[in-house]
Amino acid sequence: MKIVVAIKQVPARDSQLRIASSGKWIDEVDLSYEINEPDAYALETGLQLKEQHGGEVVALCAGPARAAKTIREALAKGADRAIHIEEDLADFDPLATARLLGAALAKEAPDLILTGLQSDDLGYGQTGVILAELLGLPHATILMQVEKREGGIRVKRELEDGWFQYVDMPLPALVTIQSGISRLRYATLMGIKKAKSKEVRRVTAESLGVTAGAPGVIVDRIYVPERSKHTQLFGGSPKEAAAQLVEKLKFEARVI
Amino acid sequence: MSILAVLEQRSLQWNRMSFETLAAAQQMARELGTTASAAVLGNGVEALAGELAAKRLDKVYACEHELLGEYTPDGYCLALGQLIDRCQPAIVLFPHTYQVRDFLPKLAASRGRVAVSDAVAHRIDNGRLVLVRQLFQGKVNADYRFAGEGPQFASLQAGAYRADQVADGAAPVEVFRPTIAAAQIRTAPRERFRESQRAVDLGAAEIIVSVGRGIKEAENIALVEKLAEALGGELAASRPICDAGWLPMERQVGSSGQTVAPKLYVAVGISGAIQHLVGMKGSRTVVAINKDANAPIFEVADYGIVGDLFQVVPELIEAVKKAAK
Repeated sequence: MKIVVAIKQVPARDSQLRIASSGKWIDEVDLSYEINEPDAYALETGLQLKEQHGGEVVALCAGPARAAKTIREALAKGADRAIHIEEDLADFDPLATARLLGAALAKEAPDLILTGLQSDDLGYGQTGVILAELLGLPHATILMQVEKREGGIRVKRELEDGWFQYVDMPLPALVTIQSGISRLRYATLMGIKKAKSKEVRRVTAESLGVTAGAPGVIVDRIYVPERSKHTQLFGGSPKEAAAQLVEKLKFEARVI
Repeated sequence: MSILAVLEQRSLQWNRMSFETLAAAQQMARELGTTASAAVLGNGVEALAGELAAKRLDKVYACEHELLGEYTPDGYCLALGQLIDRCQPAIVLFPHTYQVRDFLPKLAASRGRVAVSDAVAHRIDNGRLVLVRQLFQGKVNADYRFAGEGPQFASLQAGAYRADQVADGAAPVEVFRPTIAAAQIRTAPRERFRESQRAVDLGAAEIIVSVGRGIKEAENIALVEKLAEALGGELAASRPICDAGWLPMERQVGSSGQTVAPKLYVAVGISGAIQHLVGMKGSRTVVAINKDANAPIFEVADYGIVGDLFQVVPELIEAVKKAAK
């Protein structure tokens, strides 16, 4: 099975974010980056499918030069090769990003495309499904299981409130993976060593003949949300803060 | 410039978020000086459409087809594409459900559009709709507007609008029968199921102490469990804790877990990603303990301690025990 896993590099989860002076994005100075968590689970799913059924795992990543680090990590974990669309995606909306990814896959013809259900930064939750539409593939989202079967795959979709549903679908297909589908592996020393000699094909939007085009949606500004609730914060030593909190819970909120 | 609200049913039962979307559509229509209509898709949805006919709407569309009885992204996109061609709305609104997340990006892309997903609020700026979404798991807000021609697509976050504000009225029902062939539907959905009977009913708990990523290691959860014991509450967790297998899935609070509204909710080391907040923001009193003063959990907290949970929680356990004496 030829598997493509689309991954994204995002600011690390515990980053302290500051709004950039443009008011349109965050200040990227001093930020550290990591693989988007649901994409890490998509990669894991791809690697397990390859281990069970053979084939190849290709990591596909669109992002600026710094994304090379995330790509190397995917190769170290076991991806066979990678495609890096080296591009700053600031002007690309999800449709334009999906066009980029689709163009990069033009000669690949994968059996299965995997990606995370959404990104931890923009959180659109759309790029994967749009890519399926552009490539004319059936899709399923928010999966907790992907099983190869005769003539296709059976996937387990997560629904709300603890419900699930199996869906049978043919290949080729695109599916988006939910965090927690399985345990993530760590890269081994051998894997890290091997990654250095694996192929990374570098392309750009220009070389793919794709432009950001006129965006369908425009971000006017970004800002820190206003507090909807006034939070009483307790300072001092942990002991003092704990005592004040319990006092309030007992005599003001009257919940203990 | 009319607005179409596409509502969700499953097995002919409304998804409760549908009426939040309906209220939003009515409100936006009022503010934009236009009309709102509503659509429901399925097989045998006349009764549901009849319910909508008693709301203040321009029109109700009952989109009927036997192949819409069970949700598939192909069936829904075909039907909605044809319905949109029929009624030519300027704006199409959806509840941001798991089902909408599955098909809306495809529907919008099939028309060369991009949906604004998971909007939490809106305002009208110079006669144009501006939608607010959250970025970075709720740490940052962004104002979005649509560019280019309609129809424009948006989905609305659970709880962003109030279902009890839907205005009553009278609307005609139009039955719309899309053309769908079985061969156009490429996926075969099977029955829905729950993994196991839940041994823990967090919904009934009066006090919940919930633990998140800040706990760092599985072994440290015992500390938070002690706090739950001292308070006489149930132990719960945010998604990453259950994903890691540190607590069973049945103790998960959030959009994919349980929705709770206890009288006291104590969030320990939980940053407050929106998927978690939607599951607990109805709690009467919320306490947050987190090292990051900017964590979104403080948006919904009544009381908070900014600090190292490993220092704060042991002191809190002692203080609770002392107060109980």
